[in-house]
Amino acid sequence: MTDTGLQTRFVPDRLHSRAYRTLRSWEALLLVVAIAIFVVNSFASPYFLSAWNLSDATFNFTEKAMIAFAMALLIISGEIDLSVASIIALASTAMGLALQYGAGTPELVLIGLTVGLLCGAFNAVFVTILGLPSIVVTIGTMSLFRGISYIILGDDAFRGYPASFSWFGQGYIYWVFTVEMLLFVIIAIVYGVLLHKTNFGRAVYAIGNNPTGALFSGIRVQRVKFILFLLTGLMSGVAAVCLTSRLGSTRPSIATGMELEVVTMVVLGGVNILGGSGSIPGVVIAAFVMGLVTFGLGLLNVPGIVMSIFIGLLLIGVIALPRLWGMMAARRGR
Amino acid sequence: MSRFIPVRETILAAAILVLMFLIASRFPGFVAPSNLANVFNDTSPLIILALGQMVVILTRCIDLSVAANLALTGMAVAMINVAMPGLPIPVIIAIAILTGSFMGAINGILVWKLAIPPIVVTLGTMTIFRGIIFLISDGKWVNSHEMSPAFTGFPRAELLGLPVLSWIAVATVLIFAVMMSRTPLGRSIFAVGGNPHAAVYTGINVGKTQFLAFVISGALAGLTGYLWVARYAVAYVDIAGGFELEVVAACVIGGISIAGGIGSVGGAVLGAIFLGVVKNALPVVNISPFWQLAISGSAILIAVAFNARAGRTKGRIILKSAEKPVGATP
Amino acid sequence: MTTLSAPSSPVVSMDMITKTFPGVKALDEVKLDLFPGQVTALVGENGAGKSTTVKILTGIYHPDGGTVRIDGDPAVFASPNDAADAGITAIHQETVLFDELSVAENIYIGHAPRTRFGLIDTAKIHRAATDLLDEIGAPFSSHTQLRDLGIANKHLVAIARALSVDARVVIMDEPTAALSHKEIEELYDLVETLKSQGKAILFISHKFDEIFRIADRYTVFRDGAFVGDGLISDIDEDALVKMMVGRAVDHIFPDRDPVVGEDVLQVVGYDHPTEFADIGFSLKRGEILGFYGLVGAGRSEFMQALFGITKPSKGVTKMNGEIRTIRSPADAVKNGIVYVPEDRGKQGAIIGLPIFQNITLPSLRRTSNHGFLRLAEEFKLARDYAERLDLRAASLDQDVGNLSGGNQQKVVIAKWLATRPQVIILDEPTKGIDIGSKAAVHEFMAELAVQGLSVIMVSSEIPEVIGMSDRVIVMRDGRIAAELAGDELSPETLVRHAAGITMSAESVPA
Repeated sequence: MTDTGLQTRFVPDRLHSRAYRTLRSWEALLLVVAIAIFVVNSFASPYFLSAWNLSDATFNFTEKAMIAFAMALLIISGEIDLSVASIIALASTAMGLALQYGAGTPELVLIGLTVGLLCGAFNAVFVTILGLPSIVVTIGTMSLFRGISYIILGDDAFRGYPASFSWFGQGYIYWVFTVEMLLFVIIAIVYGVLLHKTNFGRAVYAIGNNPTGALFSGIRVQRVKFILFLLTGLMSGVAAVCLTSRLGSTRPSIATGMELEVVTMVVLGGVNILGGSGSIPGVVIAAFVMGLVTFGLGLLNVPGIVMSIFIGLLLIGVIALPRLWGMMAARRGR
Repeated sequence: MSRFIPVRETILAAAILVLMFLIASRFPGFVAPSNLANVFNDTSPLIILALGQMVVILTRCIDLSVAANLALTGMAVAMINVAMPGLPIPVIIAIAILTGSFMGAINGILVWKLAIPPIVVTLGTMTIFRGIIFLISDGKWVNSHEMSPAFTGFPRAELLGLPVLSWIAVATVLIFAVMMSRTPLGRSIFAVGGNPHAAVYTGINVGKTQFLAFVISGALAGLTGYLWVARYAVAYVDIAGGFELEVVAACVIGGISIAGGIGSVGGAVLGAIFLGVVKNALPVVNISPFWQLAISGSAILIAVAFNARAGRTKGRIILKSAEKPVGATP
Repeated sequence: MTTLSAPSSPVVSMDMITKTFPGVKALDEVKLDLFPGQVTALVGENGAGKSTTVKILTGIYHPDGGTVRIDGDPAVFASPNDAADAGITAIHQETVLFDELSVAENIYIGHAPRTRFGLIDTAKIHRAATDLLDEIGAPFSSHTQLRDLGIANKHLVAIARALSVDARVVIMDEPTAALSHKEIEELYDLVETLKSQGKAILFISHKFDEIFRIADRYTVFRDGAFVGDGLISDIDEDALVKMMVGRAVDHIFPDRDPVVGEDVLQVVGYDHPTEFADIGFSLKRGEILGFYGLVGAGRSEFMQALFGITKPSKGVTKMNGEIRTIRSPADAVKNGIVYVPEDRGKQGAIIGLPIFQNITLPSLRRTSNHGFLRLAEEFKLARDYAERLDLRAASLDQDVGNLSGGNQQKVVIAKWLATRPQVIILDEPTKGIDIGSKAAVHEFMAELAVQGLSVIMVSSEIPEVIGMSDRVIVMRDGRIAAELAGDELSPETLVRHAAGITMSAESVPA
């Protein structure tokens, strides 16, 4: 480029068509994996292709996925919240406590959501106002929130939730379609639009790729991150309502370890754990993949703990295999 | 000058002393030498693991698989002991360390050669290791009566008034103190975390150093796996469940920066001891043990907020002293 | 300046070296010779292949073709250690060392003497480090923690390290980029010391005065290819520039009649606890106001305060006579003040996002519909400014990270112009970009001013400051030292005010 021709050069908007980009995407690969698992499962067990069984299977992922959508935005922005399962425990405990004072279903839901939101705000204050690393803060609040549940409940459990409350986790909208499925779909659409179709979503990507650059571009970085923590807390509150309603009781050990499954789902969905890229459709497919694996293995009487091997291998494998392949291709190419 | 007195460690040590003093003012029995020895012995596994975790965190990584590694190694050596009760303890220990190192090496290879973020790798291996315990044990427990007396007796054997478990912790601390300050590997670990780009220029292989850090962490997890199973005389799938977070907590409280490059052996040890003192003090002062989780969570938050404030850069100082007026403005 | 003995044989010689990255030929059969006791300047625009050369010489990259010879014998550097063993060491652009280690440990990391037990011999490294520090006149002890040192002193540590490995070849990659004038002078003295010890020095710099001051030989690369080499004494600045860019570049700044209107921006009494004090000035419509000063005089710090980033600062900002509160960059942008930062990679471009998203980022409010993105509008806006700035890119959907430095700078400027600002602050706008793009940026800046935009230009390059500015404010030690315009504007007055040298004979009444 030695000439400095002054005529303006034409720069096209995009080099590749939408179809080409979609086909080359992570989501497409993941969808193939999901379909393959579905097919293998339907051959492996005669019980798999039953509408009611499949409907039951969705409980494996709907609650986790609700949180995963909010977590995806948080991770894309370069932060993480490991306290989500503990927020569920605290929100559920708060609902149980309110129940002891005679709260009805609307109050219970309101309390669950409010506690979730407050926990999110608590994390947000430490990360955005005090400027501390979110991984450490939320490891701390992970102990703190669940710790408060233990202080309140100890070895006990809250039971006796009203019948109307059980609608959220056990109710059906139509035929095999559950209330949780409806919530899952609504939340997926809301977060999909928020991330991919709004200025807010664009800011999230900008922050994740370069927080300083985003700040210098006039984005209110700390405000955006604050909102993301609030949303993650709120979604944990929603999940707490669903899970408590489904189980019909609250123990302080509720949802133990769920934060790791949520993060796994997000990473499996193609979200870069270091921030900057990822998509909601990817997380949706990842939710189905994890749900199908768990359900399929369950039908084959594989114990839950062994299923976790598959989830772990899936998590590492989906990231490692493309890289291995790339390395081998590079070696062959020389 | 202030460099000669590490500020963070001194404050943490003072906090522990104040805590012990407060407890002792109501319950003098807590600070009796025999009880303190018990507290130390009880905290020994945490100290050992915290040192391994420290090395990993210093290189800008994190190892969430330590507790699963511990449990898997513990189950493996327990089953070996059941199958071959005659196997001498040194061999058992060697097997434990090798098994643990191998698992650490798996983490390390994935981080080094495939450049997968450590949090993803160890999140994955953590669930895989736990699953493997179930596979090899078929979900069954190995109970004390199945283990040989030599196997369970070793960590509890007393030597100069302290159990072997405590001595192993002391030895680990001493080895780490020398390793971190006086060996090329120790200095490389700081260099890799402090400035990875520059480390490359000084001939340090960043990925390999991180790999070695994971191997060290894995080896210590393996060693602790045997000690843990032998001390409690039981092995099952869920032992030390969630212990990885306590280990990370000890490091954070001890002032190891999660961003890498900053931290000390003394800090990690004091962080572990702080958690150990809290845990052992609760029953003494008649607080329900259910408080422990919330207290360690709060301690993490306070520690990280405190360390961040202490370490905040003061910004450039450009202005000369105020009394000096604007210079030669025409 | 030095009488060169008949060139002895080179210590290091690169011959027909080729290095290819996916899609780019970074080096194409280049040659480079380094002679003992001589400084060789490696000259070239950005992207000419200088840093790739450094990485090959230090064993970080491996060449795809060609030979590196040490004392005439072919050598292969499988790792940075091999290069170090061959006596090659680099003092890198940014401070290269480790804050958490002591000075002595920094000097000896990677090659520390051991005791019988294989441990690092602390006593010995402190003794040896102290000797080295004395030799180069460093004013601190070997026990000092590196983080307690300033940038200039960190350079001394890096140089001590180079001496400690008994290097025969020292590579200095833009060593003066972050140093003040005084510190640069001290560095020159050190280079002379190294020369007198017979070390071969590879000196990489963008500054021509520096090259002519210190180098004995030159080697020019262009677009990854060797162009020529020779003795500095046989060439002049124009010829060297010509070799570097492949054409003659007349360094004439765009001509422009100052169309200066009413005050747009007024700044009164800006203070910061440690960084600057008592900054006040006004800026007129269509004016280019230069800010000159030594590195570290507080210019960027003040500009970032004006832009709402540097937090504990006080002061009044008036736009068109009305007081505006600016607490964040978002406030500044809303009030028509934008800032093109010096650190393009970190603060300017958002690498990872495509070009069009970079350009529209601060203007999303305008291209969107109630907070919902409208891609067609975004492409329209981005295309508009990309064309005005003559951006060279494969597509607007391309990651900015894949652009050259000059084109990245165009994206950052386009991003801000798209917000239709009233005041644009350019912080070292042409630093580190090639000469061709430099002229384009100057031309564009002049055009903007003519169109009525007010420009603040922070620059450390005297020709640029004098050539572009209507008026210049000189800062020293965080305060305004002088405001100069018209005939007062000369290189001498700028340097004198910036360095705080009191008016010399001519201004003192006889």
